[in-house]
Amino acid sequence: MYKIVDKVSLNPTVTMMQIEAPLVAAKAEPGQFIILRVDEKGERIPLTVAGYDREKGNVKIIFQIVGATTEKLNHKNVGDYIQDFVGPLGVATHLDGLKKVCIVGGGVGCAIALPIAQKLHELGANVTSIIGFRTKDLLILEDDFRACSDELIVMTDDGSYGREGNVTVPLKELFENGETYDQVITIGPLIMMKFVVAACQPTGIPCTVSMNPIMIDGTGMCGGCRLTLNQDGKKVTKFACVDGPDFNGYEVDFDEAMSRGTMYVPFERHAYEEACNLFKEVN
Amino acid sequence: MPNMSLVKNPMPSQDPLVRAHNFHEVAIGYTEEIALDEAQRCLHCKNMPCVSGCPVNVHIPEFIEKIKEGDFEGAYQVIHETSSLPAVCGRVCPQETQCESKCVRGIKGEPVGIGRLERFVADWHRDHSDQKPVPAPFNGHKVAIVGSGPSGLTCAGDLAKLGYKVTVFEALHTAGGVLVYGIPEFRLPKAIVQQEVDNLVAMGVDVETNVVIGKTLTVDELFEQGYEAVYVGSGAGLPNFMGIPGESLKGVYSANEFLTRSNLMKAYEDDPVTPIMKGGNVAVVGGGNVAMDAARTALRLGADNVYIVYRRSEEELPARREEVEHAKEEGIIFKLLNNPVEILGYNNPDDRRDPKNGFVTGMKCIRMELGEPDERGRRRPIPVEGSEFVLDVDTVVMAIGTSPNPLIKNTTAGLDVNSHGGIIVDDNGATSKEGVYAGGDAVTGAATVISAMGAGKLAAKSIHEYLSK
Repeated sequence: MYKIVDKVSLNPTVTMMQIEAPLVAAKAEPGQFIILRVDEKGERIPLTVAGYDREKGNVKIIFQIVGATTEKLNHKNVGDYIQDFVGPLGVATHLDGLKKVCIVGGGVGCAIALPIAQKLHELGANVTSIIGFRTKDLLILEDDFRACSDELIVMTDDGSYGREGNVTVPLKELFENGETYDQVITIGPLIMMKFVVAACQPTGIPCTVSMNPIMIDGTGMCGGCRLTLNQDGKKVTKFACVDGPDFNGYEVDFDEAMSRGTMYVPFERHAYEEACNLFKEVN
Repeated sequence: MPNMSLVKNPMPSQDPLVRAHNFHEVAIGYTEEIALDEAQRCLHCKNMPCVSGCPVNVHIPEFIEKIKEGDFEGAYQVIHETSSLPAVCGRVCPQETQCESKCVRGIKGEPVGIGRLERFVADWHRDHSDQKPVPAPFNGHKVAIVGSGPSGLTCAGDLAKLGYKVTVFEALHTAGGVLVYGIPEFRLPKAIVQQEVDNLVAMGVDVETNVVIGKTLTVDELFEQGYEAVYVGSGAGLPNFMGIPGESLKGVYSANEFLTRSNLMKAYEDDPVTPIMKGGNVAVVGGGNVAMDAARTALRLGADNVYIVYRRSEEELPARREEVEHAKEEGIIFKLLNNPVEILGYNNPDDRRDPKNGFVTGMKCIRMELGEPDERGRRRPIPVEGSEFVLDVDTVVMAIGTSPNPLIKNTTAGLDVNSHGGIIVDDNGATSKEGVYAGGDAVTGAATVISAMGAGKLAAKSIHEYLSK
């Protein structure tokens, strides 16, 4: 069992928790993920590590309440326990040797992008961060990003905060103004990452994406998290849990990944409604 | 006077048409009367050929003798001396190619039903005995075991009996490895696996779930923590796919994923938290035991038709005969000498948001014929040109083997692996790295539960010798 030692609601649908998991905290690096089960009957869900405190032995997770499991998790409070918490899984984001990086985060993906930006900042790299949200109420982690970024651009789709538009607008402007980077690292919804990759394409700047497919074991056993890369005209199957979750954005078949992500939508919607109804009855 | 019947007492089983729709165990097990009768078929040969056929050398005639005496608990204790998992072995061992293949009674007629008797004894013990195993006195040595599947549990049990402090590290949230995520409830009830694990815990074995060796901790860190030897029984790895178009469509699973969803995550239960595709027509590609398990699981989940698609003929099916027979009785349709060439999906060009888009609609196969034997003596399947046809299916399960998991190899300096990625061991189960032993699927690639147990047993012996020096 793993104790919840801190919980903060970042916005109406996004929650931060610190989980006591010393073995995971000792090893976790930006870009890696964990798998948790809320209770004994729960499903296994992957969440990318949003931070870690090696001394205290805590791992930070930030999750959006999108389904039954995250709804249940959000009903847990400080001092409660979650059943299972395993990691760190996957390969850490490669940051060595990067001097100038542009981080592009979207929505709750910003939670995963933040530790990468922080680590790059620690390593002395020049960091430009572009973070985008649907609307002002959903904005998270602005101050944290500001603290580790040489330049921060905040975007909202509806213009209710920062600049109006999606994250590719300022990215393209930066490119047009002659800015160049060792690497663009983007984390967010698949459709956003697909467009970020497309925006980078003409510049040839390497673009890393963080994939978050459906997973079960997360340790290289079930193959549910497979995705297709186009490498030199050849289709190659990779597994996000052991080969990723980071991949070269130019190689990823996003359309396939988006399609696979919808496999259980009706089931998930039903389970979420059930969970919500259950909590309504309780309250 | 021995029972000279030429045939084994048949295994009482659920009716095929009933069991095809439930997840209860197929075989019900011998009654005391049947067990006593079957035990009388053993001739107690002096040279005990059956024992040599058992990878863990269960003292077979001795336990059968105890059954004859009506001392079922005594029989259990005899088996337990050499096997840590009697209830598991009695159910999933391929006895027909092991102990029973050496049985003298098999020369004329059927061999003694050793597996069925073993299962009877283990079940009797579970139902009637509250005798808990007791921990052996601590001998001062700590051993770490990676993976709680059949080989890890066996190694743990044998070392615990010798007084070692054993910790088993398991990546998943439940101990048991393939016994829990892979083998379905109807062949091996999970309560039985749990009881075998509980027995080990009673013997003083620590089981640490949610620890991925190679990620959470490395093998070298285990030595730093004071473990003097490490046994790697991390099991099978990533699933293989055929490399044909359409394998990423929605509705295509690896057998590992399909079975894990059903077995470990209980997707077959009424109100599951983990979804699985149910109903419609299902094709399982492959001919091994895992393919049979996947096909029979699909049927129980409510499929209309389930096909086994295998490129060779019935004779070459690698699955146990018994599993093939069970599958046929239940109504699994065998499409032999057929090979998939493409999986077809739904695509509505006018509506990209059509929810059916991207789901499997069929599988294009080609008929095969058998040519000359290859270097391993198996006749090579050759496609029959122009014989393509489409099998109408909604779900495809690929059960064509696995490749070793890279996590331990990548994080353990000095651990040699072969070209397939399997860990290289010598005749004693020792790897190229001092103090590290390995066995089971992590070494051999996908094989049987009992061969993994044999490897765990061998490694326990080798580790004991190594640490006794």
